[in-house]
Amino acid sequence: MNLTRRDALALGLGATAASLLPLRAVAAADDAIAVFTGGAKVGTGGITLTAPEIAENGNTVPVAVDAPGATSIMVLATGNPTPGVATFNFGPLAGSQSASTRMRLAGTQDVVAIAKLADGSFVKASSLVKVTIGGCGG
Amino acid sequence: MASGVKPRVKVPKSAAAGGTITIKTLISHKMESGQRKDSDGNVIPRSIINRFTCDFNGQSVIDIKMEAAISTNPYFEFDAMVPEAGEFKFTWYDDDGDIYEETKDIAVA
Amino acid sequence: MKTKMHRTVLGAAALSAFAFAAPVLADEDAELIVNGDLSIVTKTAAPAHLSDSLDEILSGWRFRNDDTQVMQMDDFDNPGMLGADVGLDQFAAVMGSEGKSCADCHDGPESLSTVRATYPKWNEAAGEVRTMQMQINDCLTNQMGAEAEKYDSAKMLNFEAMLAVAARGTPVNVAIDGPAQSVWETGKELYYTRFGQLELSCANCHEDNYGNMIRADHLSQGQVNGFPTYRLKNAKLNGIQSRFKGCVRDTRAETFNPGSPEFIALELYVASRGNGLSVEGPSVRN
Repeated sequence: MNLTRRDALALGLGATAASLLPLRAVAAADDAIAVFTGGAKVGTGGITLTAPEIAENGNTVPVAVDAPGATSIMVLATGNPTPGVATFNFGPLAGSQSASTRMRLAGTQDVVAIAKLADGSFVKASSLVKVTIGGCGG
Repeated sequence: MASGVKPRVKVPKSAAAGGTITIKTLISHKMESGQRKDSDGNVIPRSIINRFTCDFNGQSVIDIKMEAAISTNPYFEFDAMVPEAGEFKFTWYDDDGDIYEETKDIAVA
Repeated sequence: MKTKMHRTVLGAAALSAFAFAAPVLADEDAELIVNGDLSIVTKTAAPAHLSDSLDEILSGWRFRNDDTQVMQMDDFDNPGMLGADVGLDQFAAVMGSEGKSCADCHDGPESLSTVRATYPKWNEAAGEVRTMQMQINDCLTNQMGAEAEKYDSAKMLNFEAMLAVAARGTPVNVAIDGPAQSVWETGKELYYTRFGQLELSCANCHEDNYGNMIRADHLSQGQVNGFPTYRLKNAKLNGIQSRFKGCVRDTRAETFNPGSPEFIALELYVASRGNGLSVEGPSVRN
């Protein structure tokens, strides 16, 4: 195969674009976090994120969050085309600052939960979920 | 999506006054993500439930902003405080403007 | 965990496409109790006709991981119950030119509690083996003057889910002798016939290799006692014969279609391999 300079350039550009894709998804997650926190520093601890280590199917993955004293918790799937999953806002009659749901994951990725605590500070937890591809009809 | 949407909620019939109960909700909805294409290669437009709220006697228990990554037939589980007897109100808000509502009474023992 | 009389040698084509590896993941010793009070038999002695190939039969539930298993342990958590609920509405709805609903002839789904466990079944008047869906279509067209439903349509699967709930916990018990026997023999032959470019029979995966991994998927025995099945993959109820079609397609073969004589025979045979397991539909699978 003969490569012209133009071809080589196009190939190089293609490779760059491809390698940027996951970065763009992560950037979208970072943007969503910045909007949620207003750019405030995000600590750790005081928040629990429960998601399977291996999900049998990415289309229906159970996820639970728990952050005692939080006013709201945002859940992000950092590897999805759009990272938003849900934001739980707890009212005065919430029995706990915890909730669970089922989400879609486009592939193996980090799931992130960020809680806004009553004092206005933020804490974060993340969990790597491996999404398997079935052998048959999977 | 207005046809065939069926909300289900599970709330205990009674609770201790001031006690905490667990609530589960499930609603039949496709939650079309806006990421899929039909057989002709056209993007299927997003059509999801974008918000769910639960109130008790007019006060908020939980208010959830839902995104396209929530699975088909959205499911939630959360806890509520029950200060007195009354009514839980559950509301789902569809992208197409439809609103689905369900209520459940609870007694205090 | 299992006894194998012999291990079939897989074709070279099959080996190159699918790698079988050691099992991981699922808790095969878990027990299924639904809603805290309904015990489901997910493991029992194999029926006599399988004595040459299996000692024990296992529901597909045992091969799923914890999160998937839990979804089927509570009817509220089980999204397949949405279909069963709609099935109840359909049961009460007037359909067709005769102005009748199912409920006009049948005294509630409870009166049909033996259906799910005993179909496919020989119908003497019609002189054929009928699946539940064939019988439902007979009711729709001949009794109610309604249009026949397509095989494995959403409406059909809602009916099936409702009938499965009515029969849940009862042992699968399809008859394989008498007039059904020749159809059963046809089904058995299909089960052991290699199909497609990969030259795989049902038995290659579901008898010889259950418990092993096929890529990232944990192979089950391919039992059908849990159908209709809510799959996490497509988030809806799935029918037995559509699953057969998916399997045969995955062997890279031209498949039979749901409702074909071949799949009716295969459904009877595969159902009979589960004689003794509980009806557990609508089940939850990956």
